[in-house]
Amino acid sequence: MAITTAQSPFRTDPLTGLRIDLTAQTLVKTNAVLAVVFLLVGGIAGLLVALTRWPAVHLLPADLFYIALTVHGIVALMVWIIFFEIAVLYFVGSTILSCRLAAPKMAWTQVVLMVVGAATTFVAILQGNSSVMMTSYVPMNAAPHFYLGLILFAVGALIGCGVFWGTLVIAKEEKTYEGSLPLTVYGCMIATVIAVFTIASGAIILIPTFLWSLGLIKSVDPMMYRVIWWAFGHSSQQINVTAHITIWYTVAGLAVGAKPMSEKVSRTAFLLYILFLQLGSVHHLLSDPGLSSAWKIFNTSYMMYLAVLASLIHGLTVPGSIEVAQRRNGLNNGLFEWLRKCPWGNPVFSSTILSIIIFGFIGGITGVVMSVEQVNMIVHNTIYVPGHFHGTVAGGTTLAFMGLTYYLIPVLFQRQLIAKPVAALTPWLFGIGISIFAVAMMGAGTLGVPRRHWDITFAGQALGFEFPGMAQMMMAVGEIGGVMAVLGGGLFCLIVVGSILIGEPVPANAKNIVAPAADAGGHKEIGMGGFEAPGTFVLAMVLFVTLVLYYFVNFKYLATLWTLA
Amino acid sequence: MGYSFTAPAKNWATEPIERTEILWITIAGSWCLFMFGWMIAWHWIGNQNMANEAYRTTPEVYAKKVEDFTAKYTVRQDKSDPSLPVVAPPPGSDVYLAASRWQWRPVVEFQKGKTYRVHISSLDWDHGFSLQPENINFQAYPGYEQVVTMTPNKSGQFSIVCNEYCGIGHHTMLGRIYVKE
Repeated sequence: MAITTAQSPFRTDPLTGLRIDLTAQTLVKTNAVLAVVFLLVGGIAGLLVALTRWPAVHLLPADLFYIALTVHGIVALMVWIIFFEIAVLYFVGSTILSCRLAAPKMAWTQVVLMVVGAATTFVAILQGNSSVMMTSYVPMNAAPHFYLGLILFAVGALIGCGVFWGTLVIAKEEKTYEGSLPLTVYGCMIATVIAVFTIASGAIILIPTFLWSLGLIKSVDPMMYRVIWWAFGHSSQQINVTAHITIWYTVAGLAVGAKPMSEKVSRTAFLLYILFLQLGSVHHLLSDPGLSSAWKIFNTSYMMYLAVLASLIHGLTVPGSIEVAQRRNGLNNGLFEWLRKCPWGNPVFSSTILSIIIFGFIGGITGVVMSVEQVNMIVHNTIYVPGHFHGTVAGGTTLAFMGLTYYLIPVLFQRQLIAKPVAALTPWLFGIGISIFAVAMMGAGTLGVPRRHWDITFAGQALGFEFPGMAQMMMAVGEIGGVMAVLGGGLFCLIVVGSILIGEPVPANAKNIVAPAADAGGHKEIGMGGFEAPGTFVLAMVLFVTLVLYYFVNFKYLATLWTLA
Repeated sequence: MGYSFTAPAKNWATEPIERTEILWITIAGSWCLFMFGWMIAWHWIGNQNMANEAYRTTPEVYAKKVEDFTAKYTVRQDKSDPSLPVVAPPPGSDVYLAASRWQWRPVVEFQKGKTYRVHISSLDWDHGFSLQPENINFQAYPGYEQVVTMTPNKSGQFSIVCNEYCGIGHHTMLGRIYVKE
């Protein structure tokens, strides 16, 4: 197939040396701005939720609380993240491969469908008769346009994946790159494969549910709904994991000139995600009736924890590649000189490192432990669960996306960041806030506090129950962390919008800001005892020991309970 | 020279893997295998396991079972809410608990150290069975009846908190289990 010369003009970006397709640039900017707008909406809803679950504040009445919680779940967990991921796909597909973006008209269709879809669902929720939470378990019913909006949004996202794949095909045909795909593009491709599986699952269950809400189908089986919905709901978080890990690798290169320690290892780990990560959908079904233990164990362990192994590998290789680069650049003394002298004041870098730490230590460890078939019985549907996934999705994904956004504003919008000292602070505010939130929620969950609950004091109930004072305190501490995170996220949104509107233009002769590749002329003899990244190995072992201890602590607690069989 | 965002070396697939990575993969991989084995082994060495006993039912059929069960073993009215019967089934028997908006019914009384076959289902929407302060959690939904064999090892007053969102009255939904010595 002969594809003639690209129609859209390109420009060469002075900051990165990248050749940018201007049509792609407009689409990336559009998706990214929409993402940040929705992050703001999701954050405001999150603030309202936090201020209600903070026992001393208890801001909203019950009906508004459940509306705010439904909005927060859908907007912060799906809309913001997927808009940003589409922006990343378009950027990576075209710019990293120096290629034009395939089918711009389809890409605009994606934008329109996703905006209309998100707005439709948003309106349905605000109208008040669709407070069904993000999960919308049948036979609880929402208004038809609640489901319709989600379906339109998902179709838009699917088109976005298609545009990315089309771009890869064009790049290959026009030979805009040589050899294998760069790891960044490869990681995005893995994410889109998972995305297609995810969106297909969503369609399989949401379309019948939409028809049911219209009265065209008599019923949707509650168990079938949960099994298929989670193939959508959980897998969409696996897209995020794959996307934010790809961003970790990319920022490690941009910020300190790192290159992957071993392409083979990192690519194999990504491949394990395609094969096994979706099995994790069963994490939500472990306490359900009608599913066998053999089925649960096979799936909840991602087939012998092969997807966990993949994440543990990325968790070592990304900081490991940073260590190797720093050592090659001369920071080769002791175990941690390389770490101390990292560019901590650069929000792009600090976001990424905080994302790695929070995702690993908070989201990762707890995720592995709570998804054990038996341990799940002491965790299921408690507020431990939101604690966990704020460690993965907010501390991991959102923080990584924030860091990349700070990098891309000067590149795509050709504007410098405003209020740089504040920008440098935002990852810390958000990261520390969300960490406090996550850990405190897990503490409260361990004491039995339910998730999605307006009044854990059960005021006025004849059969009332009183949670321990410690649980109430954990809720207060956690929500203070939540408010802190919203503050960090809010400042981020302000800086982004402010920079786009009033930031100083980047001069045409600006210096290239990509860190020089450390393996080009750096030191060859690095590391200690034959290990190139001994410091990272020590840190990884700290994570390992924490995981092992926490695993057995949970079994020790489990063993004190009533006998269950 | 390279980054993650530039093309990898031509020989990337045959390049040797650095020692740090090999050691970590070995350690992490071994732990993964251990966790897989331990989760299976807990079905034999542990006392807290999922039952895997479940039946299809309908809200009407299940409501009838709960009603019959309640009629058969009611011993008194609850002191906190006199409208609620307290049901004391004999050890070893089948116990039927129903979730509906917004109550867990009936209140039951167990004996410590005795075993009961507790059936859990919902008569309308999805609900949560969260036994507090023990913190044991199961999912309940209509059309499916889950059976969990429970042996209380503590006595006292326990609450069932609904921890699956079930509409505007969700936060008022409770139940109770007494365990006597």
